[in-house]
Amino acid sequence: MSRIDLKRLILGDKQADRVVPPSGFTAQLTIFAAAAMAFLAVFAMALSLASGRLAARWGNELAQSSTIRIVAPLDQRQAQTDAALRILETTAGVAYARALDDAEQQALLAPWFGADLDLQALPVPQLIEVIEEDTGFDAAGLRLRLAAEVPGAVLDDHSRWRAPLVAAANRLRLLGWISAVLLGASVAVMVTLAANTALAANAQVIAVLRLVGATDRYIAQAFIRRFTLRAFGGAIIGIALAMAAVSFLPKASDTAGFLTGLGFQGWHWFLPFLIPVLSALVAFVATGTAAKRALKRLA
Amino acid sequence: MIELENVAYSYGGGALLSEISLKLAPGSFHFLTGPSGAGKTTLLKLCYGALLPTHGDVTLFGEDVSRLERDDIALVRRRMGVVHQDCRFLDHLTVSENIALPLTASGRPASAGQDDLTELMAWVGLTHRADAVPPELSGGERQRAALARAVIMSPDVVLADEPTGNVDWEMSQRLLRLLVELNKMGKTVLIATHDLSLIRAAKSQIQARVLRIANGRLQLAGADL
Repeated sequence: MSRIDLKRLILGDKQADRVVPPSGFTAQLTIFAAAAMAFLAVFAMALSLASGRLAARWGNELAQSSTIRIVAPLDQRQAQTDAALRILETTAGVAYARALDDAEQQALLAPWFGADLDLQALPVPQLIEVIEEDTGFDAAGLRLRLAAEVPGAVLDDHSRWRAPLVAAANRLRLLGWISAVLLGASVAVMVTLAANTALAANAQVIAVLRLVGATDRYIAQAFIRRFTLRAFGGAIIGIALAMAAVSFLPKASDTAGFLTGLGFQGWHWFLPFLIPVLSALVAFVATGTAAKRALKRLA
Repeated sequence: MIELENVAYSYGGGALLSEISLKLAPGSFHFLTGPSGAGKTTLLKLCYGALLPTHGDVTLFGEDVSRLERDDIALVRRRMGVVHQDCRFLDHLTVSENIALPLTASGRPASAGQDDLTELMAWVGLTHRADAVPPELSGGERQRAALARAVIMSPDVVLADEPTGNVDWEMSQRLLRLLVELNKMGKTVLIATHDLSLIRAAKSQIQARVLRIANGRLQLAGADL
């Protein structure tokens, strides 16, 4: 079907379009199925993009820092903090480390204890922020050294709880794209079935067209154009409804959870417009293949 | 133009046609006769490439049909006009659209053959039925519309399969006159029919060769016709 005249396919030919009789059932079936698949594809795309954003955010935060807590009696806390910092200076993979000052620690606790908290009145551990290099550091080795030289130090490696979440978000993103691909395949199957039905129902028309000198290319084009336009039109309806539905979802916010971020952001709003084009492309290939087989069978 | 050489055609294990040799020269007029089931329609289909011989060679306008792709056969068929007994129209199209179908199928713009179409519809006397659909036509009108469709591409050859099978004597004579007129314009005509009275009527108007199929073989008919 590579020789199909693209210009004629897009612009159409009024006479040629009338040659194949209109078939209400397959037309409605194709438009409805394309609309439904496009509607679902928009949500799969939104889910995938939201998961991607989540994975990226968690991944970036994971890469940023680790924390060491110094839990020691007040008179030993500064000495142990200095010891921990010395160890960190000589640890490969640590880009930067610093002890948080009292104001910073107070700010961290303010949501729970209020802004007037006296740190000296509570056994609050000293926190050390550790910034890693891209290569990261050997967390197990660092723990061993800290245990030997700084008994009150506890390394909080964020990857323990963030890594599975990032993996889950990435899997969710992958599932979203797999769903979109499966929806595309479903469109192809549905269009193939509808096209086969239409071709079989029009066997007599095809015989007459052949009798008067119509080539297989001409006959196939009449069917391909029809199904391609139906799939495109149905997908337009589907994405219009889906984007309206997505726009009514709650907007993403820092305080809310993952579900409030399920939608499109920025230029991602333009991505669903690819779906009708892809849907038409799938219908074009599926009908072309079905027509080629059917015309060979009917020869 | 159309040449069959030692052609055989078998179907379902039995030989329907064998040792058929036929040459249709430009401007010639032929009748093909024989009893029902003798293989007239099969021979006609071999002549326009709808069937391929199981043995022998069919040459259409210098092309060996067995070497042609389906689309190439379609292109060759545009040089032939075929009339069937059952006419084979597309019932959802009007009479004028059916007659213009070969033009449409060849990708010509609708306006390109408009004058030819108008002239042709007048020639077969169907101008007043242009916007009717085929089921609304009488038997004679259907056959005339089928003939008009067969010749709209100005083919070199007209093949007609029992064109007068469903019409009365008067209409069959009218159709015959149209076919004779085409032959006088230089078209090659081959008519398959079992109607001997039609053949006798034609022979009084034109030099026609009469071929008969009997027992799967082709022979020149005797003087009894």
